[in-house]
Amino acid sequence: MALTKAEMAEVLFLELGLNKREAKELVDQFFEEIRCALEQGDNVKLSGFGNFVLRDKNERPGRNPKTGEEIPISARRVVTFRPGQKLKARVEAYAGSESGTAGD
Amino acid sequence: MSELRQDHAVTKSELIDNIARKQPQLAYKDVELAVKTIIEQMTQALASGRRIEIRGFGSFSLHFRPARMGRNPKTGEPVPLPAKYVPHFKPGKELRRRVDEAWQKERAAREERGTARASLD
Repeated sequence: MALTKAEMAEVLFLELGLNKREAKELVDQFFEEIRCALEQGDNVKLSGFGNFVLRDKNERPGRNPKTGEEIPISARRVVTFRPGQKLKARVEAYAGSESGTAGD
Repeated sequence: MSELRQDHAVTKSELIDNIARKQPQLAYKDVELAVKTIIEQMTQALASGRRIEIRGFGSFSLHFRPARMGRNPKTGEPVPLPAKYVPHFKPGKELRRRVDEAWQKERAAREERGTARASLD
């Protein structure tokens, strides 16, 4: 099963002794702070985990895959994630057993 | 000017400071430990092949990379590289919308300033 905010808050409650409301607020706040930083145009660097990096894309030609009709893809700003060395190393070691949920 | 902030990045410790300021009832140490615990849980989940799903933020999953032949950059000798998994992030709807809307507004404002200056010339 996927890791969710509820499970993260539960761990903060069990391991750090925050009360349930505080734990939930903290987890919410963590992701909200990252969103706010990116919204303001700042990248976010979480050492050991990875960097959230903004990229500005120019308009480019696109196509409706169903109809084949040509429609330009408008200029936009997108968020990308570049995993850090430590995260990459730990994920690489994952053998990929059949019980895993990895994959595209 | 504000356009030149391009390279600024928020670090983990700044994130902790910002959260601590908004949660004054919590000790700074607790906020610091909480953020580190959240990041460790996320790393641990991915390292054991689990996905992470945060509504409004995005999801993390693993992508498979098949084995391939690489090359030793010094000797040019071919080296077999084993199959592996790499972490992948897909931003959620709310994150995508907020980031793009803020940027579109900023561009529109810059455009307006540009035309205002041009009409003065």
